[in-house]
Amino acid sequence: MDKQQYNISENNFEQCIKCTVCTVYCPVVAVNPDYPGPKQAGPDGERLRLKTPSFYDEALKYCLNCKRCEVACPSNVRIGDIIQSARIKYGKSKPKLRDMMLANTDFVGTMASPFAPIVNFSLGMKPVKYVLDKVLAVDSHRQFPKYSSQKFVSWFKKHAEANQDAYPHHVSFFHGCYINYNYPKLGQDMVKLLNAIGYGVHLLDKEKCCGVALISNGLIGQAKRQAKLNIESIRKSVIVNSMPVIGASSTCIFTMRDEYPHLLGINNQDVRESIELATRFIYRLIERNQVKLAFKSDYKARIAYHTPCHMEKLGWAIYSTSLIKMIPGVDFVTLDSQCCGIAGTYGFKKEYYQASQEIGQSLFDQIESAKVDLVATDCETCKWQIEMSTSAKVDNPISVLADALDVEATMKLNNVELR
Amino acid sequence: MKFDTVIIGGGLSGLTCGIKLAEEGRRCAIVSSGQSALHFFSGSFDLLGYNGETEIHNPIEAISKLDATHPYSKLGASTVERLAKEAKEFFETMGAKFVGDTDKNHYRITPVGVKRLTWLTLENLGTLGTDGKLPWQNVCIVNIAGFLDFHTTFIASEFEKMGVHCTIKAIMMPEMERLRKNPTEMRSSNIAKVLNNKEVLARFAQLVNSESAGCEAVILPAVFGVFNPDTTNEFKSLLDKPMMLLPTLPPSVPGIRLQIMMRNYFQRLGGVYLLGDTAQDGQISYSKVTGISTVNQGDIQLEANSFVLASGSFFSHGLIAHPNKIEEPVFDLDVLSSENRADWYNKDLFEKQPYMEYGVETDEQFHAKYKGNTLKNLYAIGSVLCGYDPLKESSGAGVSILTAMSVAEQILKKGK
Repeated sequence: MDKQQYNISENNFEQCIKCTVCTVYCPVVAVNPDYPGPKQAGPDGERLRLKTPSFYDEALKYCLNCKRCEVACPSNVRIGDIIQSARIKYGKSKPKLRDMMLANTDFVGTMASPFAPIVNFSLGMKPVKYVLDKVLAVDSHRQFPKYSSQKFVSWFKKHAEANQDAYPHHVSFFHGCYINYNYPKLGQDMVKLLNAIGYGVHLLDKEKCCGVALISNGLIGQAKRQAKLNIESIRKSVIVNSMPVIGASSTCIFTMRDEYPHLLGINNQDVRESIELATRFIYRLIERNQVKLAFKSDYKARIAYHTPCHMEKLGWAIYSTSLIKMIPGVDFVTLDSQCCGIAGTYGFKKEYYQASQEIGQSLFDQIESAKVDLVATDCETCKWQIEMSTSAKVDNPISVLADALDVEATMKLNNVELR
Repeated sequence: MKFDTVIIGGGLSGLTCGIKLAEEGRRCAIVSSGQSALHFFSGSFDLLGYNGETEIHNPIEAISKLDATHPYSKLGASTVERLAKEAKEFFETMGAKFVGDTDKNHYRITPVGVKRLTWLTLENLGTLGTDGKLPWQNVCIVNIAGFLDFHTTFIASEFEKMGVHCTIKAIMMPEMERLRKNPTEMRSSNIAKVLNNKEVLARFAQLVNSESAGCEAVILPAVFGVFNPDTTNEFKSLLDKPMMLLPTLPPSVPGIRLQIMMRNYFQRLGGVYLLGDTAQDGQISYSKVTGISTVNQGDIQLEANSFVLASGSFFSHGLIAHPNKIEEPVFDLDVLSSENRADWYNKDLFEKQPYMEYGVETDEQFHAKYKGNTLKNLYAIGSVLCGYDPLKESSGAGVSILTAMSVAEQILKKGK
């Protein structure tokens, strides 16, 4: 009997045949020679670390956690998970004050929102940027996303929540930090779009930041607490109230589906399939002839789609692009799928700023030469990076659809009647 | 999701088939579980080079001597000849130029300097003339210091046998030295990324020129232009003497470039390429495939009028070897193999290995077989097929490309 078949680890690392294909597609290797690359940092290093943890290499911090190594791997090795798990298990460097500030999106967002105009103004001021750069090592080239003076949740409770029960179908909406603190319009677009096809939108009982920034900045205890709370709320929505959970950010959704079980050890098997991006949710309804969309006849735009790394890993870009292509007035441009370089909070850190821009450069060039009206993408940090680095305006596919949507005609097509 | 054709496998065979269909306006999706074996590409496509130890100089003439179960016998010599002639042009439209002729094999040079008969070789890669010789008497073999996947002394000893005098040089540059910090990661693709920088490339060319002074030509590893097809010719123009590139041990820079070129071309034609997704649970009813599921798409099935299995051999998990069974994992198709594990292999590693000929069984038109019946709308192409030994015959790329082209023709003939 062959013992090998009963001896496969969860992250599949012994399936690595050292082909180096992962390293070919690693965006960091191309710009940072201090990073040993995914093969060495992942399965190769894991063999050594299992022998003795002293083999842990601090250079693993350079990993963006983009998972492009996993997408490329012909042997299904969870290379990115191996690297992130090793950082969690063996990493010695403690998160700095800056890392905690960048990672605690809920806390910082809650503090900033009431003072949004002042915070936005100050964050744009040269002396403040100077202090952020010199004291906290947040690169001065970075512009912070603006804080909104009214949080999405406040808007929702005031203007939308009351009539959501009147719709014939229902979903829960995981809005995430960006929509809540920085860009409520995207949340409003989501409500507009879902309402138009007959779906009432509901907030989860309790929602915390998905925790992606906490994981990447080494705040694992807090990430686990938030993950548990989110999964409990999601369970209540999916199992008790029969409402699937949708979101607009590829990273939030990816984190809750895959990083929770793989990196934080939180079992989500009973609800994982009910957590997805709104574009996939809507696409499925259209394909099954349960929903139709009607668009404005005068909507015209040349739109390019950028595939965020975690969207590439989910394999769901097809849903967002298919929906955008359904808009009659859209002239669609395909961009090569590649990392934009920001990787969440990574590109905000002074020490990574240059690498971050070098990684994204060929994407920026491609966008500039495509001469588009708009770049659509499912990730908020990709949006910041592309807007900071090119002249293009960037929006989420949900906003693109909401802008192009003929609401009245869509409601009529779907026979949406409020109870 | 509905398509005209869904192809499982995004390597040489799957992409060739997908491109041929998309060129005619068919809506195609390719599901590719990770990157393909093109990342191990030698730089040459073989058609049929050997019968045992005997060299085959005209592959078309040799087809009649193959077993009836061989994919080329199923295609027939005239179809092989017609499609093979078409293939060269097919790759040229995508921007990949090859040298070589269908009815006359030529010698390529392997990473260890040995000559092997082949069909088509990428331009700038090492080949020998019809006389089996290099066109020079005195060459300089240049490596990058610390690069272990290019074996200059092996190459030199083979070249010396052909009467060519060789000088071996290793070039050091600060940019390359930085790569040596992780010696196991000083690989062809990483070097190619450094040489993507025009300024570094120009300095490297200068060093190659001065190190090879007095030689007729330079021999270098194929480490140019990993993501940019123009880099090789740009480098060539900076040299003061002829250059010949030799393939390195994997990963293969020319192979990566070809993979990207083919994928981009397919996508520009409107093709959908799902990378990092694994096909599973093929649905079969009344001798037809109705749909497949994939790991990433979950409950949203991929549906199509026709399906093509181009999932590769053991390396790509197109075939999986269990202790006592060889399985095709997506549809559980009929696989030609022995039930006795001891028959699978020959203990002498260098002898012909029976498992190399194992694979999915098909009829003459490459319709796959399932529980003894042929499936009307599922074709199998490329290295998942049974009945040939790509290693011993030097026939792997030919079977991949030609079965793909033939199946694409059949699907197009059927109409939408």
